[in-house]
Amino acid sequence: MRYDWQPLALTFELASATALILLIIGVPLAYWLAYSRFRFKPVVETLVSMPLVLPPSVLGFYLLIAFSPEHLLGKTLLDHFDLRLAFSFNGLVLGSVIYSLPFMVQPLQSGFQSLPLSLKEAAYTLGKSRLATARRVLLPNIRPALLTGLVLSFAHTVGEFGVVLMIGGNIPGQTRLASLAIYDEVEGLNYAAANFYALILFAVSFIILLTVYVVNKRLLKPV
Amino acid sequence: MISIDIQKKLLTADGPITLSAQLDIQPGEFLSLFGKSGAGKTTLLRILAGLTSPDAGVIRVDGETWLDTRQHVNLPPQKRRIGFVFQDYALFPHLTVRQNVAFAADGRHDTAFIDQLLALTGLDALQDRKPDQLSGGQKQRGALARALARRPHLLLLDEPLSALDAETRLKLQEELLTIHRQLGVTTLIVSHDLGEVFKLSSRVLVLERGRIVRSGTPAEIFAGDNLSGHFRFTGDLLDIQANDVVFILSVLIGNVIVNVIATQEEIAGLRVGDKIIVTAKAFNPMIYKLSSFQGETD
Repeated sequence: MRYDWQPLALTFELASATALILLIIGVPLAYWLAYSRFRFKPVVETLVSMPLVLPPSVLGFYLLIAFSPEHLLGKTLLDHFDLRLAFSFNGLVLGSVIYSLPFMVQPLQSGFQSLPLSLKEAAYTLGKSRLATARRVLLPNIRPALLTGLVLSFAHTVGEFGVVLMIGGNIPGQTRLASLAIYDEVEGLNYAAANFYALILFAVSFIILLTVYVVNKRLLKPV
Repeated sequence: MISIDIQKKLLTADGPITLSAQLDIQPGEFLSLFGKSGAGKTTLLRILAGLTSPDAGVIRVDGETWLDTRQHVNLPPQKRRIGFVFQDYALFPHLTVRQNVAFAADGRHDTAFIDQLLALTGLDALQDRKPDQLSGGQKQRGALARALARRPHLLLLDEPLSALDAETRLKLQEELLTIHRQLGVTTLIVSHDLGEVFKLSSRVLVLERGRIVRSGTPAEIFAGDNLSGHFRFTGDLLDIQANDVVFILSVLIGNVIVNVIATQEEIAGLRVGDKIIVTAKAFNPMIYKLSSFQGETD
């Protein structure tokens, strides 16, 4: 039999896009959560962490409703930006970003919080702006947290099923990811094909996580 | 000249206090803030640095207003031209000693000045090491060099030597004095170590519960209860041995064990483990110069 690589390629494309977007929005969000004294910060923290406890189908359901052209968000995006989120790859990326948000934000937030406050203050007294301090002092010292956040959000996206099934709709070549392909093949009693996808996902996830642990151990070791 | 007049309510371990300080600092002065912990010393230093905001007040430095709460002026630390040495040194762990110093001096590629600072603090041979490969005293020197690299108007030192052992502390006190003499930078140090204050500063402010209760030269301040014709040591009683009609007490003073003779009446009520005071008249002590520092008897 011939194996279809497309679901795997799509999975890793989605995971890479999600991890990169999360890195871009996760760093400022985690910085804000780590240092802000905003009174309603716990509410924001709770919202960020909700995907950890919600059944993926709940998130998927609400996202599907929101993306629908019959509702405001979906209609606005479609009318003004020609962007269709329901049953599309872009929709999958947005869903995955929301679903994997805590996996990026939490390591970064605890990374920032584990740094002594005096590092930040020392950079300020040396004339460095907040942005320069974050870029040149804080971020280089939370490299393990950055790596952890990147890899966990990548791996978590690879492992998605519920959210992507709800909002993606399993369209071959567009939204049919490896985790959905496995389900399809099992349904069709094609155990060999299911095993092909499952084994590759298993191996890739194992290698990624192993890399994180090995590299982080080296980063944390005194030079 | 620097003139300071600030107020801030503080919550301390002994309840709420109001930090209220009016003082002037002359150019080139080496000023100490002395007092118990919780007196507000560090807060005053942080207010000067712009790291903490006071409730009200004015800070003017050489004609420039750093803070004026009535006019809503409060310059951020970045614009204050200060050097701040933190109690935990706060060296950037990912940079070498030289990079730490250069970080402060950048904008101007002041290689010669960085070299001078590294030489002055004795770090030239260690300049390519990361902070976690340095001893406490070396980290302290690195933090000092970094604070000076910005050519500050005011150098602020927050208990910079408190985490170091006695020998290193004495050596660094000498170095601080030398550096102060060479660069002439106005310096304000927070300390609760009487010896350190006496040795380093040209003027002392004593802070008690948020207020400056005394101000003057170290000799003026500490004459009186702390200067007397007696040696007076506190120590831990380690052992009591009977010896004919007298007793020999072994007392741990600082890190030296001293044997003292005591009478039956004197040891009445004393038990091993007690904290005791040993005093002696100091009329005619023998004084020798030490070629190298051996130890400290407190």
